[in-house]
Amino acid sequence: MTEPTMKAPRKAVRPVKWMRENLFSGWFNTVLTLGVAYLLVTSVGPLLNWFFLDANFVGSDPSACTGAGACWVFINQRLNFFIYGFYPDELQWRVNVMFLLLAVAFVPQFIERFPGRKWLGIFGIFGLPVVGYFLIPGGSFGLEAVESSKWGGLMLTLVLAYIGIIASLPIGILLALGRRSEMPIIRGISVVFIEVWRAVPLITVLFMASVMLPLFLPEGVNIEKLARALIGITLWQSAYMAEVVRGGLQAIPRGQYEAASALGLGYWRRMGLVILPQALKMVIPGIVNTFIALFKDTTLVLIIGLLDVLGTVQSTVSDPTWQNVATEGYVFVAFCFWVFCFGISRYSQKLERKLDTGHKT
Amino acid sequence: MRKMRSIALGVALVAGTFTASSVMAATTLKNVKQKGHLQCGVTTGLPGFSQPDEKGNWTGIDVDTCRAVAAAIFGDAGAVEFTPLTAKERFTALQSGEIDMLSRNTTWTLTRDASLGLNFAGVNYYDGQGFLINKGIGVDDATQLDGATICIQAGTTTELNLSDYFRAKGMKFKPIVFDTSEQTVQGFAAGRCDVLTSDRSQLAALRSKLSDPNSAKILPNTISKEPLGPVVRQGDDQWFNIVKWVLFTQINAEELGVTSANADDMLKSDNPGIQRLLGTDGDMGAKLGLPADFGHKVVKLVGNYGEMYDRNVGPDTPLALDRGINALWTEGGIMYAPPVR
Repeated sequence: MTEPTMKAPRKAVRPVKWMRENLFSGWFNTVLTLGVAYLLVTSVGPLLNWFFLDANFVGSDPSACTGAGACWVFINQRLNFFIYGFYPDELQWRVNVMFLLLAVAFVPQFIERFPGRKWLGIFGIFGLPVVGYFLIPGGSFGLEAVESSKWGGLMLTLVLAYIGIIASLPIGILLALGRRSEMPIIRGISVVFIEVWRAVPLITVLFMASVMLPLFLPEGVNIEKLARALIGITLWQSAYMAEVVRGGLQAIPRGQYEAASALGLGYWRRMGLVILPQALKMVIPGIVNTFIALFKDTTLVLIIGLLDVLGTVQSTVSDPTWQNVATEGYVFVAFCFWVFCFGISRYSQKLERKLDTGHKT
Repeated sequence: MRKMRSIALGVALVAGTFTASSVMAATTLKNVKQKGHLQCGVTTGLPGFSQPDEKGNWTGIDVDTCRAVAAAIFGDAGAVEFTPLTAKERFTALQSGEIDMLSRNTTWTLTRDASLGLNFAGVNYYDGQGFLINKGIGVDDATQLDGATICIQAGTTTELNLSDYFRAKGMKFKPIVFDTSEQTVQGFAAGRCDVLTSDRSQLAALRSKLSDPNSAKILPNTISKEPLGPVVRQGDDQWFNIVKWVLFTQINAEELGVTSANADDMLKSDNPGIQRLLGTDGDMGAKLGLPADFGHKVVKLVGNYGEMYDRNVGPDTPLALDRGINALWTEGGIMYAPPVR
């Protein structure tokens, strides 16, 4: 490695040459290229028409939707419901504050030189749930209480996903450490917990939480449906998270453990200062994958009658005053999910690049 | 499908034994008053029965049935909180006390009435199961449906009725089960099945959702009786009576010609029936544990049964349902309420 490594010289790239080499390099590729081009030409036009050109954007009732395209008027009319659910109109500023704080905490994470972005991120992880705990349900500091049965729409999706993500990571790390522990009882508990929760589908967990659990509780004890669902989601997600983190722990060479011990560090410092930082960095893609999966899995709360963003859309597309707005509704939902999942994914890629210390070679 | 049914059965068994041992003594009214609102279980969105509108307000005949109970207790039709429930979890929510009453398009059957620890407080809509078919299959009567593929919604009495009907007629069918009515109609529209079966009250609305409504038609046959009504927990007779008599009050009000518009004028009426109904005479309210003028409040704030029907499912709504058997007994229907006296 003494000689400086040089990049291969850049080939002159001319469009025609590039196309000949990449798109028309043989009869098979030529056929594929032409086929795909045909599909693009025939589908992009109608899609554009449906989405924008023939679509109806302005108006306030079904009669405004005359064009052959999408009826975005419907989304516009119901947007408030899709975002806030049944949250009272005059109190929606509280949810808006949370949306704003969420943006303030996480958008700067994409901007490298943003001042104090580390602190904003720390606030996002530790402060935001605390603020949300007081602000959204209300009932303290003179805020009017809003029962969780009134939460809904995008806001509910974010509450479920955010709490699920924030709570499952630490629990998952503890479980992963527990599973590799040398203490048989802790190891046993961790293994049983992980294997039991990982072996049941989320839909079953939610169904049990919603339908069976209330029957086993003593009379008068009533855990709210949302809380039951949240606990179920968090525990289920922790089991997955534990296995992802365990993958990272296993990839750390034995020498690291021994070196940390040789420094005279205790168990927690050994893990916290030496092993976990390396292990977690390695499994970022796995962790983010699990986060994104959870974000999308939150839609399953539909089966227990919680109206998340998909639920609010589904409950209104059957409204007979609007004709065939189901496609518009589902496109809207897909868009919401795409924005958030894509955001999470981009952030993780940035994080990976930043934390890359050559372990990926 | 079988799995669903066995889950439901298990839930029902557990629920039955549990509620039998723990009777919630006559405290529902007290609890409701203490909370300051009624907690009412509804669907997650069913046109005409319970569905959120643009503002997120619930509308529908089942919703109004709840509002009427709230109006009777608090004199305020807005003192209700709604809990959207799926078909599978509705009874548990009532048994566990999560809701005070269930008004969720629920069919009154012997099994439900006798083994789930529940009581049906009346009927606010007489429905029946029918068929929506693709005109392309060239069928005019349900008896010609042998071998058809049929789209059904899971967890409802519809499934059972359908298999009963086909077995009785010695015919075969292939069921395709969906979770919500929206998915069911999408499945039908996509050609997954030739026939869609559901309560008749929903068929017209479902048909109007098709991109070409003329490609489908509703068969004349009604294969089941579906009396839909509010449900309460067993073991609290006072609460049972309240829900029952609020509905009867609305039906009686229509019979006596009392509407939300003329309820105030009717207070001066010298018809003893109206006087008792509106609480200007007698102590009907006290017998139920309600304010004396509960009848007046119910009719003024929510309306009589006919108003409730017309507003939500009647001919001027997108569902466009004729009164049919839901008309008063005096007008050829079977809506009949015992007298207030």
